[in-house]
Amino acid sequence: MPNMSLKKNEMPQQSPDVRRTNFSEVALGYTEEQAIDEAKRCLNCKTRPCVAGCPVGVKIPEFIARVSEGDFEGAYKVITETNSLPAVCGRVCPQETQCESKCVRGIKGEPVAIGRLERFVADYHMKNNKEKPQKPESNGHRVAVVGAGPSGLACAGSLAARGYQVTVFEALHVAGGVLSYGIPEFRLPASVVESEIETLRALGVEIRTNIIIGKTIMIDELFEEGYEAVFIGSGAGLPKFMKIPGENLNCVYSANEFLTRINLMGAYKEDSRTPIFHAKHAVVVGGGNVAMDAARSARRTGAEVTLVYRRTEKELPARREEVEHALEEGVKFEFLTSPIEINGDEGRVASITCQKMKLSEPDESGRARPVVIEGSEHDIECDCVIMAIGTSPNPLIASSTEGLDTQRWGGIIADEVGKTSRDMVWAGGDAVTGAATVILAMGAGKTAAEEIDRAIMNK
Amino acid sequence: MALFYIDKSFTYVKIITSVCKFWGDLKMYEIVKKEFLNPTVVRMEISAPEVSRRAKAGQFIILRADENGERIPLTVADFDRERGTVTIIFQIVGAGTEVLRHLEVGDSVADFAGPLGKPTETEGLKTVAVVGGGVGSAIAYPVAKKLHSEGAHVDAIIGFRTRDLVILEEEFRAASAETYLLTDDGTYGEHGLVTDALEKLITGGKKYDEVIAIGPLPMMKFVSLLTKKYGIKTIVSMNPIMIDGTGMCGCCRLTVGGETKFACVDGPEFDGHLVDFDEAIRRSKMYRDFEEHSREETCNLFKKEVE
Repeated sequence: MPNMSLKKNEMPQQSPDVRRTNFSEVALGYTEEQAIDEAKRCLNCKTRPCVAGCPVGVKIPEFIARVSEGDFEGAYKVITETNSLPAVCGRVCPQETQCESKCVRGIKGEPVAIGRLERFVADYHMKNNKEKPQKPESNGHRVAVVGAGPSGLACAGSLAARGYQVTVFEALHVAGGVLSYGIPEFRLPASVVESEIETLRALGVEIRTNIIIGKTIMIDELFEEGYEAVFIGSGAGLPKFMKIPGENLNCVYSANEFLTRINLMGAYKEDSRTPIFHAKHAVVVGGGNVAMDAARSARRTGAEVTLVYRRTEKELPARREEVEHALEEGVKFEFLTSPIEINGDEGRVASITCQKMKLSEPDESGRARPVVIEGSEHDIECDCVIMAIGTSPNPLIASSTEGLDTQRWGGIIADEVGKTSRDMVWAGGDAVTGAATVILAMGAGKTAAEEIDRAIMNK
Repeated sequence: MALFYIDKSFTYVKIITSVCKFWGDLKMYEIVKKEFLNPTVVRMEISAPEVSRRAKAGQFIILRADENGERIPLTVADFDRERGTVTIIFQIVGAGTEVLRHLEVGDSVADFAGPLGKPTETEGLKTVAVVGGGVGSAIAYPVAKKLHSEGAHVDAIIGFRTRDLVILEEEFRAASAETYLLTDDGTYGEHGLVTDALEKLITGGKKYDEVIAIGPLPMMKFVSLLTKKYGIKTIVSMNPIMIDGTGMCGCCRLTVGGETKFACVDGPEFDGHLVDFDEAIRRSKMYRDFEEHSREETCNLFKKEVE
């Protein structure tokens, strides 16, 4: 008999007053009882609409059925058939617009908490199963993957499971890409990322850090070294700025820089040798998940935080959950507000001049276009500004690889399965699409892995 | 061929084969040579065959001294492809460089990535003044060496605060047609600033295709102001604060000709007549208090270890 409760089992979490003073994970995860109870809400539909909503095609009803029986290890096996990073996805996927948006239970009431269950299963496995996965028998073929972020790791994991010898080249000193430098500890603990990467290593994936493809080693050299195919998952690159006066004042950060200092370099810790400015009042510009991460991180370093966004709450691109968490933690939102100048005092940020906007007819993106309300300029006093308005693709690989076509804005051109203009070179993730989500990048990596497998096997 | 390295205490002898392929018995990023050029400037040769293979003058590397280290960008001071090594020269300024200077031959740095940034463009240059200031001379040196080896006429003008801080004099003399050495206080070489010497050469009739100036920001600023007056193209090497160094964080941005540029991917060399030096000077001081404080703490830590 299914559990017919209209509501999801609530996620246990740290209370807002406590968590805004620490970097520990906000959501604490289901207990076994909660997981089983939640799993029983699944109707195990024959049509499996949820699976169609998952970019990596996790067999959702199957794994949830195992959870409802208390067979958590069995559930883990089902998930990892198609998903190399379940503990990550369970935490950072926007399930509300993917699998859970298709859930039949969501028609009347809340959908099954698929994400929370995935996280529970992955965490259960991490905690209780110390056995390393078996390394599949090698098929003797070598593939190079550029970038150890979500798309690269998904591609590597998928190929390694098929017996390929995969080497992942990572420019930074740790693997994980945006999972390590971007998404904060309180949403995705570094230990979780490390553990997922350990699993990939056990599958035989070799990860080489400190190698910048396009600088240390060229794409063409990878082929000379015997790699038969290359997947480029180099991710997003340089941060965008608004091109307004005052953006190069001291204490104006890009969200990338602010988050990298905090996450990758641990600048929030007492003993870190990488500094971060501890603001009294930080203004974050932008409305995406990265803006929420930056705002909530700044809050945890002790700042009052105001987030300015040029549209309304309804248009915020960030996940609802992130917005709610930010609000609970005391981040102030100023909607219909857009900066026009950052003002300095002796070279440091002193205030930001903004103007009010109103919404008019939708633009080409389908979102209501904000227009300026004349004479609405006003100053917000602050000592730090964090720009979270997106990134452009990293130019290093495209500029050093002959015959690799790119869009005018710098993104690598790839078809729906990731094939680029270069023979035996695939690409996916933010390097192709521009800034998007972890799971879309993973989906692209996985799809490319299947294509690479086909191409090598048909050679 | 085998090279013998004997460390300073003569406690052991390290045998290092110099053929890249057999470099395997060297640890990753092992320090194979270390030398104090003056009391605060250290030269280290580090085994990093993959970086060495592609390194060119003008480029930089990023290193972390240890597992808790910050990412430190340092310009390539020299490289030896046969030995698979890259040489760096650094001044002890913060906690990171303080830790680095305590590493000895046989130790390894935790991370060493590169080469990053664009190399110096030397093509077509026939007569060049290479201007170095302080520890910046260490970065100017490989540029002078490259130009000299390509047959260009190189005048090296290097300046230091005082006699004790002079570095690389012999190297510059070997890599230039003429080396002009100056000290601010007149304790060694000519008394004066590099701009004085450069202006004397220009007004004395020297025609330079280009001036390449590498040193403290104020020095590069004043060299650029001077050469602008005489209409001589000038390249400067910027060394702003960086984190990743690979075109991701945007920390190293600077204004060049009214546009925002990123030193890590667009530079580190730029047209000195277009760089907004005052902004760069301001941005370089962003964490000065933190740096001084954390270096002091690290120093105390090392002192305690000694006790």
